[in-house]
Amino acid sequence: MKQKERIFLTLKTLLLSVLLLAYLVPFILVVINSLKPTREFLENPLALPQAINFSNFTIAFDKMNFISGLSNTVVITTVSVLLIALFSSMAAYLMVRTTWKITRILFFCMVSAMIIPFQALMIPLVRIYGSLGILNNQSTLIYMYLGFGAPMAVFIYHGFIKSVPLEIEEAAMIDGCSQVRTFFQIVFPLVKPISFTVLILNVLWIWNDFLLPSLVLIKPAQRTLPLSTFYFFGTYTVDYGLLMAGLLMTILPVIIIYLFLQKHIIQGVMQGSIK
Amino acid sequence: MRKRVSAIRSFIIFCGPTSLFFLTVILIPFLFGIYLTFTNWNGISATGFGFSGLDNYRVVIADKVFWKSFWLTLRFVFFTVLFTNTVAFFLAYALTSGVRGQNTLRAGFFTPNLVGGIILGLIWNFLFGNVFTFIGKSLGLDLLSISMLSKPETAFWALVIVSVWQYSGYMMVIYIAGFTNMPNDVMEAASIDGATKGKRLTKIIIPLMVPSFIICVFLTLQRSFMVYDVNLALTNGGPFKTTQLISMHVYEKAFLAQDFAVGQAEAVFLFLIVALVTITQLYFSKKLEAEA
Repeated sequence: MKQKERIFLTLKTLLLSVLLLAYLVPFILVVINSLKPTREFLENPLALPQAINFSNFTIAFDKMNFISGLSNTVVITTVSVLLIALFSSMAAYLMVRTTWKITRILFFCMVSAMIIPFQALMIPLVRIYGSLGILNNQSTLIYMYLGFGAPMAVFIYHGFIKSVPLEIEEAAMIDGCSQVRTFFQIVFPLVKPISFTVLILNVLWIWNDFLLPSLVLIKPAQRTLPLSTFYFFGTYTVDYGLLMAGLLMTILPVIIIYLFLQKHIIQGVMQGSIK
Repeated sequence: MRKRVSAIRSFIIFCGPTSLFFLTVILIPFLFGIYLTFTNWNGISATGFGFSGLDNYRVVIADKVFWKSFWLTLRFVFFTVLFTNTVAFFLAYALTSGVRGQNTLRAGFFTPNLVGGIILGLIWNFLFGNVFTFIGKSLGLDLLSISMLSKPETAFWALVIVSVWQYSGYMMVIYIAGFTNMPNDVMEAASIDGATKGKRLTKIIIPLMVPSFIICVFLTLQRSFMVYDVNLALTNGGPFKTTQLISMHVYEKAFLAQDFAVGQAEAVFLFLIVALVTITQLYFSKKLEAEA
């Protein structure tokens, strides 16, 4: 019986590994073909490269302005997610700790707003911010992310802060600690695990977002990675080796981070869904 | 009085920034967007536009292309939600049964979610257009040698395949959380009582997993109604605009055809449908949860 079970388990592991390989085939093919000249790709897209050749990468690197795209993406993502976590945790804290009408209305509005599709907001957004003359600006994009990111972050923090015991804060307050200091010295460190979740969920979204930056950032120099990859594809439609190298460079930074943080990232997604 | 002043002060400090962002990025644009649908704004005249009543909605209702795109989206949402959740559920089921390398496998299936829809669409565009056709030609399979993206029906399924592939890893993680929170003693009791594997799945596991189903169906519904990136990068609405999902239709109406007010009316219509579907889903699942 024991042995039968073990064989069954091994078979299952094998089957799942094959399935995973099939799942990852698209990425594997990108890697293989990024190392080939286009001529070789047209002969057989499945064959391994005849010689390892990184020239596609150097050309794509220049042509798609990789450094500019990467640094734009890093700046926009980092600033947005940090500010979302900071302001949302503060707002959620007051919403949990008070029973005022205004905080309750605000919380209700934010939670309900989560079902508004982006498409219902994009036209008025372009109209309003366009008439103010502040489109085509990275700060405006970050500002918009703070708005779009707030409802879910507040919702997640709200669920978590509810479970933080009140006694520690009360003790601090009696000792003469101001509300702001209590929050930053006591509450904020206590909610660190959920902050990590909020950061991860928002990084995955903002790093890869396309539609909003495509509406806000028009100048090529301001483009984020998804935008520059997309336009790069539009310009070099037949040079496959080059295109694959471009794709791989766009994916690589995230994959490298994922290799180190995968356990936390999966944990973060789980936490985010339970709340 | 002093208490009131200090309350206002803490509200401004703690909730001020978030309220400001929320009001100016979501609430005001949303309300202004609804107002726009009752005007004849065309996007060009920045100053004056008149009130036009329900004209824009009449245009939407009469627009055959819009309805085609709307039904296509419903069909797309139905199959994507169904397949994504089936695949994700069974992946999670298999990956919580103690197979070796469980964590690596989980992390592997999650990978597509690290990459944006645009990039995924471009990758699959190249797979459908070049790799699969190459396999088809070299094996002499007629079915594969024509790109799936070149015919309306197969292009639709290409969209479904890529979306299921994209989302199932994410939903799998949520189902895994559900499985690991499942009380162990119930399962043990069931196997002692001689419940078969199939019985355990249908009579115990699935009822206990209802909360996870609620979240995942909600998330997949929402995401698949709003798909734009994959649609743009994979089929770009083609061949001949037959795979244009509703988001892309709204985008083209507003920003390419410059018919802003009509585009916005369609977007508001999309909002109403999404709200209706998700609220109905949440209502019925809560009922289901209470019974289970």
